[in-house]
Amino acid sequence: MAERLRADLVLEYPFTRTTGPVIGAFLTGLREGIILGIRRPDETVLCPPTEYDPESSVPLTDLVEVGPGGELMSWTWVDPPRAQSPWDQPHGLGLIRLDGADTPMVHGLLVDGPDQLSVGMRVTARWRPEREGHIADLEGFVPEGADQ
Amino acid sequence: MRDIAVVSVAQHQEKALTHTTEVELMVPIINEARGAVGLTQDDIGFTCSGSSDFLAGQAFSFVHTLDAVGAVPPISESHVEMDGAWALYEAWVKLQIGGVDTALVYSYGKSSPGSLRDVLSTQLDPYYLGPLWPDAFSMAALQARIMLESGAVSEQRLAEIAVRSLNGAAGNPLAVRSSAEATVESALAEAPIADPLRPSDCAASADGGVAVVLAAGDRARELCERPAWIKGIDHRIDPHQPGVRDLTRAPSAEMAAAQAGASADRLDAAELAAPFTTQEHILELELGLGNGTAVNTSGGALAGHTMMAAGLMRIADAACQIHDEQADRVLGHAASGLYLQQNLVCVMEGE
Repeated sequence: MAERLRADLVLEYPFTRTTGPVIGAFLTGLREGIILGIRRPDETVLCPPTEYDPESSVPLTDLVEVGPGGELMSWTWVDPPRAQSPWDQPHGLGLIRLDGADTPMVHGLLVDGPDQLSVGMRVTARWRPEREGHIADLEGFVPEGADQ
Repeated sequence: MRDIAVVSVAQHQEKALTHTTEVELMVPIINEARGAVGLTQDDIGFTCSGSSDFLAGQAFSFVHTLDAVGAVPPISESHVEMDGAWALYEAWVKLQIGGVDTALVYSYGKSSPGSLRDVLSTQLDPYYLGPLWPDAFSMAALQARIMLESGAVSEQRLAEIAVRSLNGAAGNPLAVRSSAEATVESALAEAPIADPLRPSDCAASADGGVAVVLAAGDRARELCERPAWIKGIDHRIDPHQPGVRDLTRAPSAEMAAAQAGASADRLDAAELAAPFTTQEHILELELGLGNGTAVNTSGGALAGHTMMAAGLMRIADAACQIHDEQADRVLGHAASGLYLQQNLVCVMEGE
């Protein structure tokens, strides 16, 4: 019997793209273990930062360090964890307003169960030891004091 | 402005079209919509479709589906990678420009091969949100908790909206989730699927397709006894990042409704494409729907959410109420993106 023909197919995206001066700075900051927001003309701070003001569309350039602590504005419980997500255990998902920022960011909440989560609680960033400039360099947020 | 009307609609929806291709799905629907007004493709001036190559998992998949239309000899055709409601908008613009008097608009989606709540993570920005793969139910739950904690809505109200959909869908053979017996108590008794959202707060995903024929002026009057005249149509968009928005509001929906003239007169009925009860509540407020308006008598998108078609289906359902003389002035709504980021409003009237 003839041998079955075989051809490997490697799906790839053979382009590079820059994340630009704002998102790029934010991601580089994560690699260095700091979180950056960006100041709007009205002095409020957006985190995560965007290149343009979401209302007036003026370019934003004034990056400021925020966090690592903050306040939980909303949460839900994810069980089972979603297959492609960075988390392999049941976890919370939250909107976290970092100290120094006026807008919340979405990230994981690393606690044992939903009974440990409440709106208004204080949380702080937990970092991965190996970081590469990616949103998942932040392992997630934990209740303030949990890592001490 | 030219007078343009929906003169014919056809649709199909079920839980999963496992063994049906998009072409097989659309052939009978397109034939039914054209046939009901005695048209063949030769009589159609412009054809526009809405679908997602991403959902189909194949680049230019919409080209295959043109086999369901019949594109030989060549036709004037376009496609939007959006809900078919936006294809209808493009066709409306084309008819306004003139040169053609009829248009065929269709859209379809098959999300059953994958997990839609996870696939929808890929519509999020690719730097801050997408890589975390936050599923659609979890993201909606973050909004729901803010709405509940701030008093923007109550659990009771969310359950009422869920029950309105379940009860309304009981009379709609195209709905994939319905219950004539559901009550607020039974809805509130459900265990959360994404705390604080319960299963009946989240739209039931479905596979399906819809086709609509538009016609201008006297051509519409020839084709249809009671055309659903489009008196206003508009679409608007809000910022993407959840943090920069008031999650209890949808300003783009309010703006689209104002531009479409929704509040200029009494609305008999409204069909809303809200994938969550929380968002249906927001839409009722933003669109200014009062007690005199029957909302989602079909069950709405909650009773069957066909990705890429749920909005055009709502416009079709609303137009049918004009065709059938059940209503004189109706509103069809379509939405796209995270937290109703983008909204389209189409106001139709009968003569």
